[in-house]
Amino acid sequence: MIPAKFEYKRASSVSEAISMLGEHGMDAKLVSGGHSLVPAMKLRMSRPEVLIDIKRIPGLDIITEEGNEIVIGANCTHTQVMRSELVQKDVNIVYQAVSRIGDIQIRNRGTIGGSLAHADPSSDYPAVVLACDAKIEVEGGNGKRSIDAKDFFLGIFTTALEEDEIITAVRFPKVANGTYFKFYQSASRFAVVGVAAVKEGDHVKVGVTGVAGTPYRATAVENAYSGNGDAAEHAVDGIDDIMSDHFADEEYRAHLAKVMVRKALEAVN
Amino acid sequence: MQISMTINGKEYSHDVEPRISLAQYLRENLDLTGTHIGCDTSGCGACTVHVDGAAAKACTLLAVQVDGSEITTIEGMANGKEMHPIQEAFKENHGLQCGFCTPGMVMTAADILKNNPNASEEEIRHGLEGNFCRCTGYHNIVKSIQHAAEKMNA
Ligand SMILES: Cc1cc2nc3c(=O)[nH]c(=O)nc-3n(C[C@H](O)[C@H](O)[C@H](O)COP(=O)(O)OP(=O)(O)OC[C@H]3O[C@@H](n4cnc5c(N)ncnc54)[C@H](O)[C@@H]3O)c2cc1C
Ligand code: FES
Ligand code: FES
Repeated sequence: MIPAKFEYKRASSVSEAISMLGEHGMDAKLVSGGHSLVPAMKLRMSRPEVLIDIKRIPGLDIITEEGNEIVIGANCTHTQVMRSELVQKDVNIVYQAVSRIGDIQIRNRGTIGGSLAHADPSSDYPAVVLACDAKIEVEGGNGKRSIDAKDFFLGIFTTALEEDEIITAVRFPKVANGTYFKFYQSASRFAVVGVAAVKEGDHVKVGVTGVAGTPYRATAVENAYSGNGDAAEHAVDGIDDIMSDHFADEEYRAHLAKVMVRKALEAVN
Repeated sequence: MQISMTINGKEYSHDVEPRISLAQYLRENLDLTGTHIGCDTSGCGACTVHVDGAAAKACTLLAVQVDGSEITTIEGMANGKEMHPIQEAFKENHGLQCGFCTPGMVMTAADILKNNPNASEEEIRHGLEGNFCRCTGYHNIVKSIQHAAEKMNA
C-alpha cells in the first residue's frame, strides 16, 4: 500500500510551518509522528498534495514546569511523556493514559499534538485533557491563542483548529488526585471506552472518550457526584451520538461507559 | 528527494520518492529483506526496526521522515556469525515456527530489554502488544525473551 503522490516539505520553525500552511491551504497537511496520518494516506483516505513535516522544529519536544502547570510540547512522543518524571509526579493521570496507548512502537512515534489534532473518537488524550481542564496552545496566521479543552473537540476527527493553525503545546494544571480507566480494543489497543476522573475537594471532573463521536465532560455525573460511584448511572445522560461498531454496539457501550465511570469515581475517592 | 541514513552501522544515500515507506526502502533499495511486511497498516509489528535506538514500525514511517537517523534492522543484530543473545534464545527455546513474525519480535524484545533489563513475564507480554504471531501462541516467544534477559544480565 503506497500513498498517493505528494510533495514533502520540512518546516524548521513554527512560523515557517504556518506560512507553508497559508501558502498551500486545504491541499497541505502537517505531519509529526505520522502514526495516524500515514496509515490514512496509505489507505488513500487522506490524499494531501503537500506534507509539511514539523517533527524537527526545535523547542516543540520539551516538557517544562511553569508554576502550577506542566507544559508538554506538541512533538513530545507518548514514550517521552510516559518517561517524564514531571509528568509522573505532577500529572500522573497523563502518565496513566499515555502508558496505555497502543504499543511500544506506536508510543515511540505518536505525539500529543498529533493525537489531539487528529481527534480520533477512540483516542485516549481527549478524556484526560477534558478532565484536567488543560489548555491547548496554538499558533497561526492570526497569532497565538489558547483553547480550553472543552472547546477544542467539535466532532469525529474535527477540532477548533483553523486551517493555518498548529498546536505548539498542551498546558496541564497539576493534578493531585486523578485516574484513567480504559477498556481496550483488543488488537489496536485504542479505547472502546476511556474515562479520566480528577477529584478536587468534594468535586469530580470526568472526561469520557470512545463513547460518543465527540469526547465529552460527563457533567451529569459531576453534578450528581456525592463521594461514591453511584453518579456513574448518569455517564451517558444527554449524549445523543453514542457510537456503535463491531467492538461494541450502542447499548453495550452505554453500559460500559457507566461501568468505567464507576471504577474511575471509586478510584479517586 | 535525497536521503541519507546509517543502517546497521553503514551509511547509505539514495534518491527516493517521499511516499516510500522505510520498510519498502530497506527491502527494495537495500535488499534488507529481513524486515518483513505483514499487515502494512501498523498492526502486526513484523516490520519493527530501531530508529535512533527505539523500536518503530517501518511500514508506517516514510523514509523521508527518518532521513539522517540511525537504523538497526534484524540484519544488524548478529555480530558476524555470532547470533545476538535474543536470536540465540529464540533458537534455543523454539520461539519461532514459520518465522515470519520473528524479526519484528526480536527487535521489539531488544527495545523491551534495553529499557527494562529485568522485565517480568507480564511486562514482556505487555511489551509485545504490537507484535502478532500466528503460529506459536506467544508462550515460547515470552520464554525466549526471558532466557535472553537472563543471559544478557549475567
Ligand atoms: C496501531 C496503532 C494503535 C494506536 N493505539 C492508540 C491508542 O490506544 N490510543 C490512542 O490515543 N492513540 C492510538 N494510536 C494513535 C497514535 O497515538 C497516533 O500516533 C497519534 O494519535 C497521532 O500522533 P502523530 O504524531 O503520529 O500524528 P500524525 O499522524 O503526524 O498527525 C495526525 C493529524 O494531526 C495533525 N497534526 C500533527 N501534529 C500537529 C500539530 N502540532 N498541530 C496541528 N496539527 C497537527 C496532522 O496534520 C494530522 O492531520 C494508535 C495508532 C496506531 C497506528
Ligand atoms: S507490516 Fe508494519 S506493522 Fe504490520
Ligand atoms: S512464528 Fe509464524 S507468525 Fe510467528
